[in-house]
Amino acid sequence: MAETKVPTVVVDDLHVVYRVHGPGAAASPAAGLRRLVTGKPSAAIREVHAVRGVTLVAYEGEAIGIVGTNGSGKSTLLQAIAGLLPAARGQVYTRGQPSLLGINAALMPDVSGDRNAVLGCLAMGMSRADARRAVPDILAFSGINERGDFGTLPMRTYSAGMAARLRFAIASAKPHEVLLIDEALATGDARFRARSEERVRELRATAGTVILVSHQLRSIRDTCERTIWIESGRLRLDGPTDEVLAAYESFSR
Amino acid sequence: MRETAVAPEPGDLHDLATRFGLRPAGVRPRLTDYARQVWEYRHFTTSHANAKTISTLGGTRLGQLWQVLTPLANAAVYYLIFGIVLGTRGDVGNFLAYLCTGVFVFAFTQSVVQQATQAVSGNLGLIRSLRFPRACLPLSVVLTQVKALAGAMIVLIGIIRLTGEPPRVGWLLALPALALQCVFSAGLAMVMARLGAALPDLKQVVPFITRAWMYGSGVLYATSAFDAHLPPGLAAAAHANPMLVYIELVRGALLTGVPLASPGWQLWLLAAGWALVAGVGGLVYFWHGERSYGRG
Repeated sequence: MAETKVPTVVVDDLHVVYRVHGPGAAASPAAGLRRLVTGKPSAAIREVHAVRGVTLVAYEGEAIGIVGTNGSGKSTLLQAIAGLLPAARGQVYTRGQPSLLGINAALMPDVSGDRNAVLGCLAMGMSRADARRAVPDILAFSGINERGDFGTLPMRTYSAGMAARLRFAIASAKPHEVLLIDEALATGDARFRARSEERVRELRATAGTVILVSHQLRSIRDTCERTIWIESGRLRLDGPTDEVLAAYESFSR
Repeated sequence: MRETAVAPEPGDLHDLATRFGLRPAGVRPRLTDYARQVWEYRHFTTSHANAKTISTLGGTRLGQLWQVLTPLANAAVYYLIFGIVLGTRGDVGNFLAYLCTGVFVFAFTQSVVQQATQAVSGNLGLIRSLRFPRACLPLSVVLTQVKALAGAMIVLIGIIRLTGEPPRVGWLLALPALALQCVFSAGLAMVMARLGAALPDLKQVVPFITRAWMYGSGVLYATSAFDAHLPPGLAAAAHANPMLVYIELVRGALLTGVPLASPGWQLWLLAAGWALVAGVGGLVYFWHGERSYGRG
């Protein structure tokens, strides 16, 4: 069986630990001084062991949904597959460079939408000429100009849905061997959702693999035939979407 | 429950991945490949730098005009304090032009160092969503400052003309000097970007370091002060200071009758040497940490 299917992503016992700098419990100057004297690590830097030993293989032409409750490590897993977060243990193997499309992936908020589109295209490795050619299509697909000329306004003025649509439009402007989508389809309105699901199907047809993280079980049911359920950083179930979602729904109820 | 997936056996996965030519994610490329990637992403770097300039000055009414107004205001303040109030002119005839050259040339590297400290830590969103060689970020900082430097140089030429210097072909010698300074600053930017990514406290300290560096670089006073006030060993060290070297080269190119800190050939040699050491060293140092950026 394994010989007939071509793998595009292999995740081998992956662990991801990331550091969070935040306001710690002891933020007073005296506490800072005490830390300096005693040499204890700052309480403001905490380690989060977000993915704990996930193993999976994704194949060409597959669309895989990932479900799990908030904070279960889904987004971190995608970031690690994209090579954006280093693995603490284990290894991820991919064909080509996977592209991650995330809802909280800030491009540059103070810069206009069309400039962000150029920037995104260049970052995906397009040439300058290709990027310029792609921008009108991106703006048209995202539909942000449907209510006036929003393409030339800074992205911070966009609503969450508009920004997510633009990000999805940028990432899907180029065929990817592996496209990772993090909640991006959930924020758009119904019309955009239908359009983007259509685009996901196109991307799959061009021999790519799509991995979709979403809390919208309907959009996973519509686009993915295989689903993975992650809980507390561990893989809980991996199988056909109907069965996994049924188990997940009875768990989260 | 694994009908669609082939149950993976631990240990077999490495074989499976290599058999189908999959590559490990997030592995650092070889240095030569990395340098080539950085070059291939040059359009990304320039467009990131442009976007950054637009977004920092976009909120102001005068916009890009500040590229010229900022150095002008800087020069006015320093001239007032050091030229008129304190009188540090020494034996320099055209002290206003002398001072402005120092201030503008130093300000370029100073801003690069300051902003590069946050080039990685301030762009985590971009780093965590897009895959590109991270060295593009400190290099983009250098490009934004090259623009500011161009503005400053226009102001400087104006000041030099107004203070009675005739236009000369020799002015063009400032260009290779500034080019070497750019390479030096780019190397420094990559070092600071990696340090700043690991040490968030650094950005609080950097302004003091750069200010101390400025006071030691003969920006605000005539460089003859080194030999007059320092013991010989320290004076020799002061003459090797890369910032002093670049400032003196630009002064030598733009101003006539200015006493230079060291002979010209020595300055050019030092300028090229510093650019080489910092440029190559900075790239190697930054490349070495490539996998760690984005972890937080």
